[in-house]
Amino acid sequence: MRIFPTLTIAAAGLVAFGGAAFAQDTITLGSAVSLTGNYSTNGEHTQRGYDLAVEKINEAGGIKVGDKTYKLEVKYYDDESTPARGAELAERLVKQDGIKLILGPYGSGLTKAVAPVTEELQVPMVEANGASRSLFTNGWKYIFATLSTSEQYLASAIALAAENAEALGKKPEEIKVAVVVENDPFSADVRAGVLDDMKKYGMQLVIDDQFPRELNDMSATLTKVKALKPDVLIVSGHSKGAATGIRQVSEQKVYVPILAMTHCDSADIIGNFGVASEYTLCATQWAPTLSYKDDLFGSAADYAKTFEAKYGYAPPYQAAESSAAVQVFADALERAGSTDPKAVRDALAATDIETFYGKIKFDETGKNIAKPMALYQVLDGEYKIVAPSAVAETKAVIPRPAMN
Amino acid sequence: MFDNLMILFQAPVITVDLVLNGLLLGAIFALAAYGMALVWGVMSIINIAQGEFVMLGGYVAVMMYWGGIHPLLAVPVAAVVMFIVGWALYRAVIFRVVDRDLFVSILATFGLSILLQQLMNTAFSGNVQIAEAGLGTVFLFDGLVTLSEIKVVAFVLAIVVGGCMVVFLKRSRMGQAIRATAQNARAARVMGINTDRVYAVTYGLNAAICGSCGALVAMAYNIHPYIGLPYTIRSFMIVVVAGLGNFAGVILAGLGLGAAENIAGFVLGAQYQLAFVFALLVVVLVWRNWRLAAKRQYLK
Repeated sequence: MRIFPTLTIAAAGLVAFGGAAFAQDTITLGSAVSLTGNYSTNGEHTQRGYDLAVEKINEAGGIKVGDKTYKLEVKYYDDESTPARGAELAERLVKQDGIKLILGPYGSGLTKAVAPVTEELQVPMVEANGASRSLFTNGWKYIFATLSTSEQYLASAIALAAENAEALGKKPEEIKVAVVVENDPFSADVRAGVLDDMKKYGMQLVIDDQFPRELNDMSATLTKVKALKPDVLIVSGHSKGAATGIRQVSEQKVYVPILAMTHCDSADIIGNFGVASEYTLCATQWAPTLSYKDDLFGSAADYAKTFEAKYGYAPPYQAAESSAAVQVFADALERAGSTDPKAVRDALAATDIETFYGKIKFDETGKNIAKPMALYQVLDGEYKIVAPSAVAETKAVIPRPAMN
Repeated sequence: MFDNLMILFQAPVITVDLVLNGLLLGAIFALAAYGMALVWGVMSIINIAQGEFVMLGGYVAVMMYWGGIHPLLAVPVAAVVMFIVGWALYRAVIFRVVDRDLFVSILATFGLSILLQQLMNTAFSGNVQIAEAGLGTVFLFDGLVTLSEIKVVAFVLAIVVGGCMVVFLKRSRMGQAIRATAQNARAARVMGINTDRVYAVTYGLNAAICGSCGALVAMAYNIHPYIGLPYTIRSFMIVVVAGLGNFAGVILAGLGLGAAENIAGFVLGAQYQLAFVFALLVVVLVWRNWRLAAKRQYLK
């Protein structure tokens, strides 16, 4: 009968040994993402993006760091879409859980809360969803972003307007622009980028409205658009801004030759508003039709297929940029040949790779400077890439026809 | 700012557009505020979850739209559903805070508002949802004045609901019981009125009106779990201006606020629109000498 205690002890020993061996062969990345709260939808896209890349890397045999091969895993916490909670959880990941490599949360606000923690504790954070340029003006050394920063979001719409000035019957400096953005850090950057580019072309700013997050109605601003007749209307306000913009522009029959906005896909403007969304220009970090590729996922289209097969819906760019963040970590770990945070940080700084998501190379502030923003236009109920011209699927329709 | 003012003088039609659209916007705010006036007047509770009731009504319309049912039918359906929700919430939570300190009810309904937001976020995600009623827009003066038909429906409904509330309170048995309870709950109890039932009906009625307002918001704007706050703020503002239980005052204050807000948005820029509402609120509170919240008023 004494065999049972003996066996139990032996089994426990084996489990402990096995666990230790398993832990040795696994590199754990940590992330606090928004699984509940305001940003839970995009938080979920972020988590799925991370998970898909981890799964593919592990399937491909893991990553080779020095002489050993490791599997990857991610330890998650829910930041509840609250910056203070995000910062607290980042500290917990590093100090209590001993994780020294951090994947970013969703959104600029949350990333701004987490970055000072990772900076102070000197652990590298690769983030994929904090686009605010103020994240890269603090001299932080441990933050690296795979995405294009927010001031680039709609700057390409201004360049497109300048290119097509003749079609609008004007010179670039005669073009009148109306800027309507939500009063939050992301949209403030979008606005700043647009204003910078407008200055470059000498365009005129005729409306500069910033609406509070709570505002659900832009009709007063659109009445102003009707009165001042700008050539370009820029709208940025997450999915709520896009939905309100499309709905009220069509409802009030406001005609602008160029209408450009952010977050068209998360507002599902085609599904929700159909014909009213036609000819709208939309900023996007990534699209499955772009011609980028890598060895892990294949092309951008292959990534989209893999993601859709697993999760049942087409990947939004938030998921794609998150998967790319894991690829960036894997690449840096292999090149560093060590899991030491300082060594990984230095390897990250020297990153220069192409992924299905686009090229990734960081400047000294940690911004990805190798991948341009893309712009698509809603044409016949589909998003078609129209800028940058090197990767465009078709030419933009400018000016947009008057709608009845 | 001065340029925008000049536009108003040079193109009076634009002013007409702003005022009319402001009135339509204000009618929606008034609809959301009726119930707050009632609950505050009868139960002495400031319902911080007011905007969340609007949001819940919106999701009823969205679900009906998804189910292929015309979302305009959601206006009565949301009213019924939300009456039941309001009644249930009273039985579960609110009955514990009636007749207690005002602060307790603020805390309880604040908790309720967060709970409802999170529940809807879990159920429907944080994405915006819409319900398309398929109505059009009325164009006047060569298209310079535009009136969305769904907002006109909201305007008519706001007037009708206001009228119905007055008739209900004056003519029906329950209405008389509500008025009696509002005047003196203890005396009403002595006279045999079941004040607990009166409170439940009042809270349910509040949720029902907010629910039908929310259904219209889903058709006129959009719905997401966090749309509640602007409706709560504006309801509070309207009730403070109108006085408790004054339904004609609620509609007038609502329409006035909508028009003023729209013109402020045009002249000052959208960034100052909400600040303008708060500034108005401060002015009204100072004007009323801070006594309103403390002073018991009676349903007229």
